Amino acid sequence: MKELVVSKIKDGTVIDHINAGRAPLVLKILGIDVGTDLTVSMAMNVSSSKMGKKDIVKVEGMYISEEKLSKIALISPNATINLIRNYEIERKFKVNPPEVVEEVLKCPNPMCVSNAEREPVRSIFYVKIEENEVSARCHYCGRKIKDLANYIS
Amino acid sequence: MRHLISINDLDREDITYILKRAEEFEDVARGERSLKILEGKILGNLFFEPSTRTRMSFEVAMKRLGGDVVNMTAQEASSIAKGETLADTVRVVSGYCDAIVIRHPLEGAARFAAENSSVPVINAGDGAGQHPTQTLLDLYTIKKECGKLDGITIALVGDLKYSRTIHSLIKALTLFETKIYLVSPDALALPDEMLEEIGGDVSRARLDEVIEEVDVLYVTRIQKERFPDEEEYRKVSGSYRITLNTIKNAKDSMIIMHPLPRVDEVDPAVDKTRHAKYFQQAFYGVPVRMAILSEVML
Repeated sequence: MKELVVSKIKDGTVIDHINAGRAPLVLKILGIDVGTDLTVSMAMNVSSSKMGKKDIVKVEGMYISEEKLSKIALISPNATINLIRNYEIERKFKVNPPEVVEEVLKCPNPMCVSNAEREPVRSIFYVKIEENEVSARCHYCGRKIKDLANYIS
Repeated sequence: MRHLISINDLDREDITYILKRAEEFEDVARGERSLKILEGKILGNLFFEPSTRTRMSFEVAMKRLGGDVVNMTAQEASSIAKGETLADTVRVVSGYCDAIVIRHPLEGAARFAAENSSVPVINAGDGAGQHPTQTLLDLYTIKKECGKLDGITIALVGDLKYSRTIHSLIKALTLFETKIYLVSPDALALPDEMLEEIGGDVSRARLDEVIEEVDVLYVTRIQKERFPDEEEYRKVSGSYRITLNTIKNAKDSMIIMHPLPRVDEVDPAVDKTRHAKYFQQAFYGVPVRMAILSEVML
């Protein structure tokens, strides 16, 4: 018998097929932290026929913007979004990473100007997908990074 | 507004154009012809790191074209020592002059400076990052001394891992039909990731295997601080030293280049041979920088 791990939501956003273990990072990318007033549920390491294991995030009462959701693709390119209205799926789509991300990733190069303290500098990365792997290149020093989950700022 | 931040921002056509313009300025660079096209213009030199050749050659290039230069060389003497940010310094200085030349220890500093400047910015070296005017003068030297860029075979010798000069030069050379040999100790080899990225006809080699074939021998300094102990450094640096014996089988027309300063990687006895072109290369910095300055300021 199927067991419901996380209850259904009436209205809001469900992010499914998140790579196992990445749900906390997804919340971080969406700017949802301990101070949030939103009703948020998170399930980690749920069995999945497609992925083996996956994470799920449900945010009640909020339709997250597509721009914000696209950033999830940086760390979980297979994630799917379900926009729920009155318990029904109103729209379902896959996330696509943006070509440019600002203030999401931190350059690992300690000598990069984007890490200079006190300078009014924003982190900017150019995102690329090659053979189903997401990588990004720093606008300032040109450093290429893979496995972007390690560099979420 | 045009900035010159990275050699990657230029394509083959841009490079060819700048080299052609440089050639037109050569007699002016030598003081044989007077040309005051930058009269009334002021260049701001912002050097956060020491430099002799780059700073002086920019200054000479500007003055030979009738322009003037203001320098910020001693960091202690400027407001940087009082804690002013790079962004603010650039905003202020760009109000004083018509273009800025910047050297800074942080990678990407020149691009960041350009984003905060109201006048064109030229990168004169940003940490281990880019040094595009050096690359352009290197290409100019090859073109002048070998008569062409397409079809040349070049061996890059020394520190291929950390040298920003080498990284920029390899990328630019691959825009032309060149054959590149990488000659270095294992510890200072070009990183695999970079080798994969550049494409082109690039392979690792030993100098004695390729010396007869090369048109250009480009030598860089092997820095002592890259080695854990001095004995290891001495062993390695000695085997990459260019002497009369190293080049005895080279073509008559082969040229030796070096971005300078050299320590002991090229034996002074080599200076007297027809192969030595490193001092000529340093001079070529002037017409090339004239071409760049006139391009961004006019």
